[in-house]
Amino acid sequence: MTILGHRIPMMFSLLVWFALWEAIGRLDLVVLIPPFTDVIAAGVTMLPSKRFQDAIAISFSAFAIGMAFSVTTGVVLGVLMGRVKAIGELMGMWVNIFESSPLTAVIPVLMAVLGFGQATIITAVFLFSVWVIALDTQVGVKHVNPSLLEMGRSFGAGRFALYSKILIFAALPEILAGIRLGVIRGVKGVVIGQLLVAIIGVGELFELYSRNFLMEEFWALIVMLFAFAFAVSEAVGYVERRVAYYASTR
Amino acid sequence: MLNAVKTASEGEMPEMSQPIVEVRGIGKRYPGGVEALRDVSLDFPAGKLTTLLGPSGCGKTTLLKIIAGLIEPSSGEIYVKGKRTDGPGPERAFVFQDFALMPWATVLRNVAFGLELRGMPKRQREEIARRCIAEVNLAGFENRYPHELSGGMRQRVGLARALAVDADILMMDEPFASVDEQTRRKFQEDLLKLLEVEKKTVIFVTHSIEEAVYVSDQIVLLSPRPGTVSRIVRPALHRGGDVEELRRDKAYLDCVDEIWQVLKQYLA
Repeated sequence: MTILGHRIPMMFSLLVWFALWEAIGRLDLVVLIPPFTDVIAAGVTMLPSKRFQDAIAISFSAFAIGMAFSVTTGVVLGVLMGRVKAIGELMGMWVNIFESSPLTAVIPVLMAVLGFGQATIITAVFLFSVWVIALDTQVGVKHVNPSLLEMGRSFGAGRFALYSKILIFAALPEILAGIRLGVIRGVKGVVIGQLLVAIIGVGELFELYSRNFLMEEFWALIVMLFAFAFAVSEAVGYVERRVAYYASTR
Repeated sequence: MLNAVKTASEGEMPEMSQPIVEVRGIGKRYPGGVEALRDVSLDFPAGKLTTLLGPSGCGKTTLLKIIAGLIEPSSGEIYVKGKRTDGPGPERAFVFQDFALMPWATVLRNVAFGLELRGMPKRQREEIARRCIAEVNLAGFENRYPHELSGGMRQRVGLARALAVDADILMMDEPFASVDEQTRRKFQEDLLKLLEVEKKTVIFVTHSIEEAVYVSDQIVLLSPRPGTVSRIVRPALHRGGDVEELRRDKAYLDCVDEIWQVLKQYLA
């Protein structure tokens, strides 16, 4: 961002918004919006509490397990869709439908089937994130230069070597883009899942804070979740940029 | 002294060395009905450079990839060293038109990749790769990535990779098509020098008549749609002397002209 010829760092825009938030909070215009500094203070006091740490731990483990499933399933499904024409045609439409459908509506059904525990949340994370990973992987696999695969075959690569040494790496830029988008959807899956279940993890905290009008704590939790989602997607984005140089030269 | 160009129809050709690759009655029809090749039979003499030459659409790359075992023919057989084959094998190495280098791997790993696929230990295969990189005049670039190299240098990496597996037969699909003219000439000369030392059989695809005459012991002219063998020419040039002199030599120019007269009729 540049203003009047001066380069302004990205952080500056955040500061402007925080200042605005602080001002609105101080003016007591809306009861739902406490000053930003109060939110930060609430966050700092929340952090060491056992209740908070347990909630974060259980939420994070649901997120991690769900993402592990969706990355492996999504990549395998995407590779199959990209390489096997029949599977691509059979699954393509469904994957697209699931990717664009409001899966939140499915969570109550999951609760009925899987109960009010981790299984429901993990499944929600999985269902939210797997489709975009599969679709991006499919695109990546389809864009692999065919002569790279011919090269592998001509030098004696078997099917396994062809996939593990060439295809996956050649499709890596798109696979990583899919995972980056999937990670953000996964965070949504945890929060929405736990909100609907309402008795575990950060969902329980949200319920607790909003029901008792603890707006400072409520916002502090939102800021933390936002920061977490941003950090994870930036971490994937960092790896993605490291391989971006070859996306154009394949 | 430069010898006269000897060209003749197949029957009265002077005997060449034992064929290392034999192509028998190869035909290829793609799904959809396009007939790329029809009843192609050819011998590739060991230790010689044979060029497949023809206008685009004559199936020369298809034929090369069938010999390499990358495309399955619709009919006919391929014999390599007397044995029938229907897939890639360690006695054949391919150099690709678009280089086909792995952009995520260094020059060293790219060159050693054929050996890596054979399961050779890392230390041993990298030692061989370093030697081949030096042979194609790329020493010092071992740890660079393909995108840091020019087109000509990338093709040298492709050539080094093919040399590293020490195959008897080197198959090159328009290897100089994607590099500029100056690089191309230099590369042709380097290739000939290298082949004098390496003693390999080369099957070379090009659409450049000059290139074919300059590098080949035997030129196979293919007619287009469907590809069939139209004529075999053996330019008997004396290559020991000065390169620039050869390019101006009458025998060389006559041979180029003769091939042009044959290929011209397919352009209508």
